[in-house]
Amino acid sequence: MNPTDLVDRAFLRDDVPSFRPGDTVKVHVRVVEGNRERIQVFQGAVIRRQGSGARETFSVRKVSFGVGVERTFPVHSPIIAKIERVTEGDVRRAKLYYLRDRVGKAAKIKERRTTR
Amino acid sequence: MATKAIVGEKVGMTQVFDAEHRAVPVTVLKVAPVRVVQVKTPEKEGYAALQVTYGVRRASTLTKPEAGHFRSKSVEPGRQLVELRLDDASSYSVGQELDAGLLSAGDKVDVTAVSKGKGFAGGVKRHNFRGQGAAHGNHKKHRAPGSIGACATPARVFRGTRMAGHLGAAKVTTRNLVVVEADAERELILVKGAVPGPNGGLVLIRATVTAVAR
Repeated sequence: MNPTDLVDRAFLRDDVPSFRPGDTVKVHVRVVEGNRERIQVFQGAVIRRQGSGARETFSVRKVSFGVGVERTFPVHSPIIAKIERVTEGDVRRAKLYYLRDRVGKAAKIKERRTTR
Repeated sequence: MATKAIVGEKVGMTQVFDAEHRAVPVTVLKVAPVRVVQVKTPEKEGYAALQVTYGVRRASTLTKPEAGHFRSKSVEPGRQLVELRLDDASSYSVGQELDAGLLSAGDKVDVTAVSKGKGFAGGVKRHNFRGQGAAHGNHKKHRAPGSIGACATPARVFRGTRMAGHLGAAKVTTRNLVVVEADAERELILVKGAVPGPNGGLVLIRATVTAVAR
């Protein structure tokens, strides 16, 4: 336990689902336009998760109109309305930076088969 | 000189989210209640200050002069005595307790502490010298300071020329830090940004002097 955990605890969210690199997630982001607030969904593959406590962040990569877009969010950030896990990926690495160099079918992540 | 001051301990850094959902980097300072041991006045001691102590200390570890000092003021002995220079200390009384509630969110403070010791450091680290090239025939002089003066005139090195030497472990003040939160109940003060010294080090927190000047 870190000495600063007591401060962190108040800012930790308890509604964060379990997800890991390789998973496809929908991140519902609160966007403030003037004094209006709306929800924008950012869907893509989680390519990294790093840090711990209130400082933990994850990065989501998607390809939008042929351009790769990556966004990094603090896991416990209040701008996230909701995180939804769409699919579970079957990957062998914690950091999926190799996806940046791949396009098309090569950039596809295998889906994890859960054995029951 | 400050209008109010208190001592604490640096716990470490983390981040919090503000009302606009932005992440704010903060340093967590543990501020245990301090007890006023002596009030120094310009009339008697020549300057205004508070002598305070905090925490608890076994009576057997006190020297006799210390024990006598605490006994004569009838204040519980603490970890150590710290002096807080103030503009005006006359509103305080011996035995009074001060806690983190002294400050509130939005206050600007100066934080003084002894910085982390870096040992004997070279010019690049100590004075931000640029160092020298990695290539172009440079041989074993990559982080050397270069020239430190001329030749026969003045035939000496000027005093104060920046060179390698001991770095850190010096009293450093970071000014104008904003208090993000002051919680007397949890004995915590959160200030935005970094504070000198190692985690666990003693820090002096004073209402900033620059804001007074403005």
